[in-house]
Amino acid sequence: METFEVLQPGPLSTIQDLGRFGYQQYGVPPSGALDEYAFRIGNMLVGNAENAPSLEITLFGCRLRALRDTVVAITGADLGASLNGKPIPRWESIPIRRGDIISFPRLNSGCRAYLAVSGGFDVPRVMSSAATYTKAGIGGLEGRALRRGDILHTANPPAPREGIRVPPEYIPEYHHQNELRVILGPQDDHFTKEGIRTFLQAEYTISAQADRMGYRLEGPRIEHKLKADIISDGIPPGAVQVPGDGLPIILLADRQTTGGYTKIATVLSIDLPKLAQAKPGDQVRFRQVTEDEALGYLKEYQQKLQTLRRWLQNSPA
Amino acid sequence: MIYEEPRLLAGGDRAIFVEFGDAIHPELNRRVRHLMLAIAREKIPGVIETVPTYRSLLVYFEPLEISARKLKDTLRRLAQSAGEIELAKPRLIEIPTAYGGEYGPDLEFVAAHNNLTPQEVIQLHTSANYLIYMIGFMPGFPYLGGMSPKIAAPRLETPRTKIPAGSVGIAGTQTGIYPMESPGGWRLIGRTPLKLFDPSREPPALFQAGDYLTFTSITPEEFNRIKEAVEQGKYSAKVTLME
Repeated sequence: METFEVLQPGPLSTIQDLGRFGYQQYGVPPSGALDEYAFRIGNMLVGNAENAPSLEITLFGCRLRALRDTVVAITGADLGASLNGKPIPRWESIPIRRGDIISFPRLNSGCRAYLAVSGGFDVPRVMSSAATYTKAGIGGLEGRALRRGDILHTANPPAPREGIRVPPEYIPEYHHQNELRVILGPQDDHFTKEGIRTFLQAEYTISAQADRMGYRLEGPRIEHKLKADIISDGIPPGAVQVPGDGLPIILLADRQTTGGYTKIATVLSIDLPKLAQAKPGDQVRFRQVTEDEALGYLKEYQQKLQTLRRWLQNSPA
Repeated sequence: MIYEEPRLLAGGDRAIFVEFGDAIHPELNRRVRHLMLAIAREKIPGVIETVPTYRSLLVYFEPLEISARKLKDTLRRLAQSAGEIELAKPRLIEIPTAYGGEYGPDLEFVAAHNNLTPQEVIQLHTSANYLIYMIGFMPGFPYLGGMSPKIAAPRLETPRTKIPAGSVGIAGTQTGIYPMESPGGWRLIGRTPLKLFDPSREPPALFQAGDYLTFTSITPEEFNRIKEAVEQGKYSAKVTLME
């Protein structure tokens, strides 16, 4: 079903799901939504499966025209979303009529907004996933970012749900200063004590080189014991790579699957959404936690999400 | 160098590295693939995928289905007994390659750099079987071991912005193939008409870690003929089992 026409794509709008798994052994990164939290909740709000393909809208400028009646939910960054020029709330399911224009005209807070649509965007699955990996032209809409004039199709919608709201305690605020919790390793032993101290105490600024592959940071240099090169190994999401110049790079969903630089630590999976909403010029600090603590935080997060899931399912439509 | 006991290293809260040593060596790489196979056979609930590299296996897992602690115990046990699993005989995949000219603009440079004729470079490059240690860098890019040091060559000082898919190159003592068009700094000596990576194929890559590649020299006419057959889906790469 033809559901939207792209009037303006904005700098980078791609169709994503929760990622492509099982193909890293062939060099294919998972891709998928950078802010998994906002992504999942968007789909919950419109009654989709949480993995249903949605639109990831980076920064402002995107404009869409509805080609039929549907229901959407906008989560994640506050890009000043409006419907026919009037502001519309985020974290809420909203009815859309044919001919309506949804736009994202300015950046108020965060970096990436998600547009979930009833039924989810209908694109072919490539290696079992709808996630767009633009670098290799895989997934989403012809493996690329949206362009002006594109027609976006959606799959059969579930029963319509509109006017459903996420309770305020579930709506994150996006800040310019962020603390990211990390587990040290796998190559923390390649750094001097001083190097580890620098990493855990300094404030780093996100540089202009920040995209879906990774964020390069600027700040104090982290000291290696001997060398910054290792025999290439795998790269998990959130890995903090420190090449020879001593400046960390946090690797994200579109990262290379393997690499030859030392990795001092890995950001907890539940802190990656926070990073996905940070942008060049924002600051991050790292805080070390143990593996047991990380598991505790993850359980808390999952419980919170599960409570919301139940609450939304029982919420009267 | 092979460790006495594999090291288990945290890759955050959802991944564990099992590292067998600190060297590029076929024996180390064999252990990595043994463990990968053992994990696949055991069908451990909560394991999402595994990524084999030169000397370690990265194991992704869902911590709410299996705790890191329990998974580590299982990985240690499997790493110990994995050597008893018999690996399938490695496959040898033939990569027809047109050398020199527009296909390999740096062939002359690699020859001159090593005081060889272009023909001698081709002869050396086509006379080895190359072990695929891992696939990474980009979809379908094989990291190969076994190139003769006699044809080593430094990378380009300024990488090319566009390298055609199928380009065969040399960087230092390594050789490799670009599976898709990309920028890159390797010295290009030839090009294969084969499609190394095809997202619509299952599996998408023509080979996997642990397989071997060998290059054969073809003429531009053969290049065009094979390319056409590949595009029509009528070409199958020549694959043999190694002893």
